[in-house]
Amino acid sequence: MTDDRSEMSEDDAGDGTAARSRNSAAGDYFIPYPDQVLENVLENVLVFLKSRRDRNAVSLVCKSWYRAEAYTRSDVFIGNCYAVAPRRVTQRFRRVRSVTIKGRPRFADFGLVPRDWGAHFSPWVSTMAIAYRSLEKIHLKRMSVTDDDLAVIAHSFPTFKELILVCCEGFGTSGLAVVVSDCRRLRVLELIEDDVSDDEVDWISCFPVDIPTNLESLTFDCVESPINFDSLEKLVARSPFLKKLRLNRYISIAQLYRLIIRAPQLTHLGTGSFSPPEQQQQQQQQQNDNNRDSDFVSAFAACRGIVCLSGFREISPEYLPAIVPVCANLTSLNLSYANIDAEQLKPVIRHCHKLQVFWVLDSICDEGLQAVGATCKDLRELRVFPIDATENAEVPVSDVGLLAISLGCRKLRSILYFCQQMTNAAVIAMSKNCPDLVVFRLCIIDRYRPDHVTGEPMDEGFGAIVKNCKKLTRLAVSGLLTDRAFSYIGQYGKLVRTLSVAFNGESDIGLKYILEGCTNLQKLEIRDSPFGDSALWSGLHHFYNMRFVWMSSCRVTRQGCTNVARQLPRLVVEVFRGDGVEGGERGDFVDTLYMYRSLDGPRADAPHYVNIL
Amino acid sequence: MMHLKETELCLGLPGGGGHNQEEPLKITGKRGFSETTHLKLNFVQPNESSSSSSDVSKDTTTTLYVKSPPAKAQVVGWPPVRNHRKNVIGGKRKTEEARLVKVSMDGAPYLRKVDLKMYKSYQQLSDALANMFCSFTTGNDGRQGMMTELMKESRLMDLLNSSEYVPSYEDKDGDWMLVGDVPWQMFVDSCKRLRIMKGSDAIGLAPRAMEKCRNS
Repeated sequence: MTDDRSEMSEDDAGDGTAARSRNSAAGDYFIPYPDQVLENVLENVLVFLKSRRDRNAVSLVCKSWYRAEAYTRSDVFIGNCYAVAPRRVTQRFRRVRSVTIKGRPRFADFGLVPRDWGAHFSPWVSTMAIAYRSLEKIHLKRMSVTDDDLAVIAHSFPTFKELILVCCEGFGTSGLAVVVSDCRRLRVLELIEDDVSDDEVDWISCFPVDIPTNLESLTFDCVESPINFDSLEKLVARSPFLKKLRLNRYISIAQLYRLIIRAPQLTHLGTGSFSPPEQQQQQQQQQNDNNRDSDFVSAFAACRGIVCLSGFREISPEYLPAIVPVCANLTSLNLSYANIDAEQLKPVIRHCHKLQVFWVLDSICDEGLQAVGATCKDLRELRVFPIDATENAEVPVSDVGLLAISLGCRKLRSILYFCQQMTNAAVIAMSKNCPDLVVFRLCIIDRYRPDHVTGEPMDEGFGAIVKNCKKLTRLAVSGLLTDRAFSYIGQYGKLVRTLSVAFNGESDIGLKYILEGCTNLQKLEIRDSPFGDSALWSGLHHFYNMRFVWMSSCRVTRQGCTNVARQLPRLVVEVFRGDGVEGGERGDFVDTLYMYRSLDGPRADAPHYVNIL
Repeated sequence: MMHLKETELCLGLPGGGGHNQEEPLKITGKRGFSETTHLKLNFVQPNESSSSSSDVSKDTTTTLYVKSPPAKAQVVGWPPVRNHRKNVIGGKRKTEEARLVKVSMDGAPYLRKVDLKMYKSYQQLSDALANMFCSFTTGNDGRQGMMTELMKESRLMDLLNSSEYVPSYEDKDGDWMLVGDVPWQMFVDSCKRLRIMKGSDAIGLAPRAMEKCRNS
């Protein structure tokens, strides 16, 4: 579960402003070959330096250090694929083993960006195919990847080991087939929340047969097409190093059983559907139920090493207790596709004392959350998703559940919580009970909703969060908020790097507070809020330091955006309509503004409906 | 007509900005989030819902509508739950909305699936197919390379005029017909699968297509 981990957001490769060098003072003395000696020493030291931030600092010292750092950087992170051209990266960093690239803005996940907007992997892979023959790892998020791109990967990098695709699209099972058959050293293949087209290719059968594989991790739970189970079973049997296996919903619980008895060394398991195939449900309901249950229980009991459990895509809740043998060791449990209630959760959760990460549906109600609070004292991350994602639905979690969690899980660092109603009191309580919070994302689905007990705006709640949670770096707000909430955020949210605002705020001053106050702001995404040109203008001093700014359905005008673009030549200012219609505006205002700094100017692959000012 | 207005999606600005919910609602256009529209139908008068429902469920819908405060127009992308989750949760799969057909091209290594509901005309479909089959590697197979060139340079529909490749489809009756003969919507309703075949194989198709039109 790697969704949106708060990573270090400092840019690296693309930061041209960091490339300025100060002249060294070495010219004042005469030491034979001083630079070379220093560089050699430095290179040997720098090999151990992994942190991006530190590396960026190193590269600024002088030209010699810049070169040494570039020579020894093996992991390159590109936070915005349009911030820099591929060639600039490959020319600066020559010996790269691992590349991470992020593409589309996050609001694309919710349909606010048309499909063909961009973030194509092709130019990257074709440049790297020539420059990085030793490339071993590619990690992409929200990129468009084609089957052709996958073929290039398979054929260009002889020692390629790890492919991780998160929220990507554009490829299908055909491309997967090429990767698994031709990447002979493949260790990790993780497909996480991708849109994989079903080309009716049996890709699982394309792994080299009759020889053991190097596979350590195989994740395909998002692939919406049937899997050749026979091939999969044989694959698992000949993968002695396999530790992580995450199945899709086409794998029934009986098939799961057959797999896990072959792989008791698994540490991370995605269970697939966790229900019997449909024919069985009708026929064999009574027969052998007891035997089957004890079989499953013993199968799980044999997997002593499982620490992370997910899947449950079409759960038959009566099978859930089968996982009890592994609960005591679980550090991560993802039930966010499992429609279960509190009574079904309790017998399982009460064993999960070591649980640190828990994702779940609101079907467990406040009562289920109370059970979590009672047992999971070590909980660090909680995500509660809505089973019915419409407004005015009956959402059975509320301030009661939030309070219970805050009282029970004092070490909480990250929370994502969907509800229909909330109170300031519960949020304030969480801010005090969980001072270690780094990520606080509260989504009150019913828009403009005030505190449902006092009728007040939710200002004080969010204010308490930024004030009391001194390590907070990521914040998402909701409910009825006035300018006051934003003044709190600007005043206290000094470490906030990512801020999400939706259907909030009163006037321009709210955004001004943010842009003037949040000195570490990197990523700002705002939708449907009354912020206009003068608010946008107040961020001029800061936009170059940010990864991106997104404003949709706000009150910025084309002229306002143009003014910003003129003032900041290195900023790429994109204006477009979320529905892909030409023009970029809706009435008097810009529909979507997406801006980011770039070293290489505006992109050449923008579709016709994107206006770059 | 009032009912229809209520089903339209709206990206109106919040009340404080001087715009209000009474601003003419606009259709925001298809983004593939047909679920949102689908869900929205549950909020309005029961007779708007396209599926046949029992009296009991109709009553429930009306009651829900009356109990809760005036339903705000459903907005695209809200709440911020990824589509992937919306589809899979609770075991419901909203595939009934899509009109998926397989597309094969003679000699191409990959089979594709397209959702015909995503297109409104033959031109759009042809563009999409051209893009899809354009992306094959011009690798070892020289013949593939030639096909890729063809795809890149001309619209699929233009190939009807050339003797090289011809788009055809299998209809409900199991007959293979030329693409483009019938009105778009009729095509969408009757198409079961698509095949881009070599021109020489397609010679027998045209007369039968015309016959069918005459008979229908």
